[in-house]
Amino acid sequence: MATTDAGHPTDAHGHSDSAHGHDGHGDHDHDHPSYLAHHFDTPEQQFDSGKLGMWLFLVTEILFFSGMFCAYAIFRAWRPEVFEGCSQFLNTKLGAINTGVLLFSSLTMAWAVRCAQLEQHKQCACLIATTLSCAMVFLGVKAIEYSHKWTMGLLPAGLYSYDPANPHPVGGPNYLAYICAPFAAATVGVLIWLIISYLRGAKFQFAVAKPLLVVCLSFFGGVGLGTILESGGDDSEHGSVHVAQHDDHQHGDHQHGGEQHGGEQHDGEHSAEHTPAHAEPAVATLPAAGAMVDDSNDLAVLKRLASDATNTGLQGELKALEAQDKMSGGAITYDDSDDSSATIAASKDNVLRPSRAGVFFSIYYCMTGVHAIHILAGIGVLIWLLVRTMRNDFNRNYFGPVDYIGLYWHLVDLIWIYLFPLMYLIR
Amino acid sequence: MSAHESSREGYDFAHPLPLPLLFGVFVALTVLTVITVAQASFDFGSYDILIVMVIATIKALLVGAFFMHLAFDKPFNILCFVASFVFVALFISFTLFDNHATNMDDIPVLDDAVVVAAPEGA
Repeated sequence: MATTDAGHPTDAHGHSDSAHGHDGHGDHDHDHPSYLAHHFDTPEQQFDSGKLGMWLFLVTEILFFSGMFCAYAIFRAWRPEVFEGCSQFLNTKLGAINTGVLLFSSLTMAWAVRCAQLEQHKQCACLIATTLSCAMVFLGVKAIEYSHKWTMGLLPAGLYSYDPANPHPVGGPNYLAYICAPFAAATVGVLIWLIISYLRGAKFQFAVAKPLLVVCLSFFGGVGLGTILESGGDDSEHGSVHVAQHDDHQHGDHQHGGEQHGGEQHDGEHSAEHTPAHAEPAVATLPAAGAMVDDSNDLAVLKRLASDATNTGLQGELKALEAQDKMSGGAITYDDSDDSSATIAASKDNVLRPSRAGVFFSIYYCMTGVHAIHILAGIGVLIWLLVRTMRNDFNRNYFGPVDYIGLYWHLVDLIWIYLFPLMYLIR
Repeated sequence: MSAHESSREGYDFAHPLPLPLLFGVFVALTVLTVITVAQASFDFGSYDILIVMVIATIKALLVGAFFMHLAFDKPFNILCFVASFVFVALFISFTLFDNHATNMDDIPVLDDAVVVAAPEGA
């Protein structure tokens, strides 16, 4: 069918050259417009073929992302509390703003497709440039989010080094500068290109470079927006995290108190800490409970030093040793209500344990990072699309590229629609 | 362009979406985003994830049907797209079944944060 004239109702329209040389390649006659590839009969066939190909590509994209969503589902099923706890570190405001920006860019993209179909070239170029700017704002806000987390040590498993006692360590590298550097270089490059094309009188290049400069600058607009929102949301965000941790500690203490005998609550904890250093003599000799036999002179020295009322640290240590000695002598451990030590089971799980929180941030960086790479790829093809639109390549029978890239862009938006609540809105 | 006779088959197939529809979809998406963010401040317990996913799916349907033009597209394209989600659902649900069957085999956690664990028999 493809090489015959079956699909051409040419005669009906009075074309005299029905025996046109369309079987011979390259001869674009009146019936075969320049935008129509020679192996297609009609623009509609060309459009539908391209669109089917694009849909198949989008299907592979969905399956590709589903692997990461699956990892998310498994780890969240395993450790829902880790996801809940770590999600507090994600700034909902920034996420919501980014969602809005992406939705708006989707609107402008869909509108650009409409303009391409209606041959409103100028408006189409403006809308594509707007879409590009939104993509850059998105990345700018993302840069703030990432650099802020990296500075805090909220990194993927293995690199995770967040310390609740010191959430904002100083002296680290300026990650934001590193992220911004390539974008700054691109901005300068576009600016130089703009000036050169102006000086050389290259009108088309100048016309293309103008919106691209705006696009590059909107990245820094995004950075500024992110900075404002981040600093505004800082207190509430970290306040809640610290409160959560405080609750954890209190909870842990209560548990210890409940499980151990009244006043020995703290002793139990201390004894556990000192176990590695002092356990051996107590176990080896098995004296009567509480006798505190020690082969070396250390204990006597310790007791003498602890008799000074100001030496509270050693007093605590002595108390701990006493409690430990009682336990090792079996005084407490025979009691069923006591689990003999502050084990992992007794302490409340800390969701910020590096290996667990690190897994959350691994998933977070993986999913949002791959999404950001898709945004970057989208920016690349949108720039190509902008150039072609400004060249007036598209018309009402040939708007395929705008439509296909629009589909891709909407898919990227679609993935973010799912990512945002799954990552940022866990309560 | 000389090839723009309106009655020609295979030409002038474009179906530009009306602007009110595009803006309507955008407004709906924004409203749904606001609802998603707002619901996070209420505690719905285990229904939380369900509510969030239902809202996200409504948004995805809106984007798919109108922005991605699926409501006016060829059925085969819709079939491809929807089939991919069916396979994603299969993939994730079967992995989770397996995960539930073996969820006692936790990944061992070995790190320095666990300071209070006394050695066995000490």
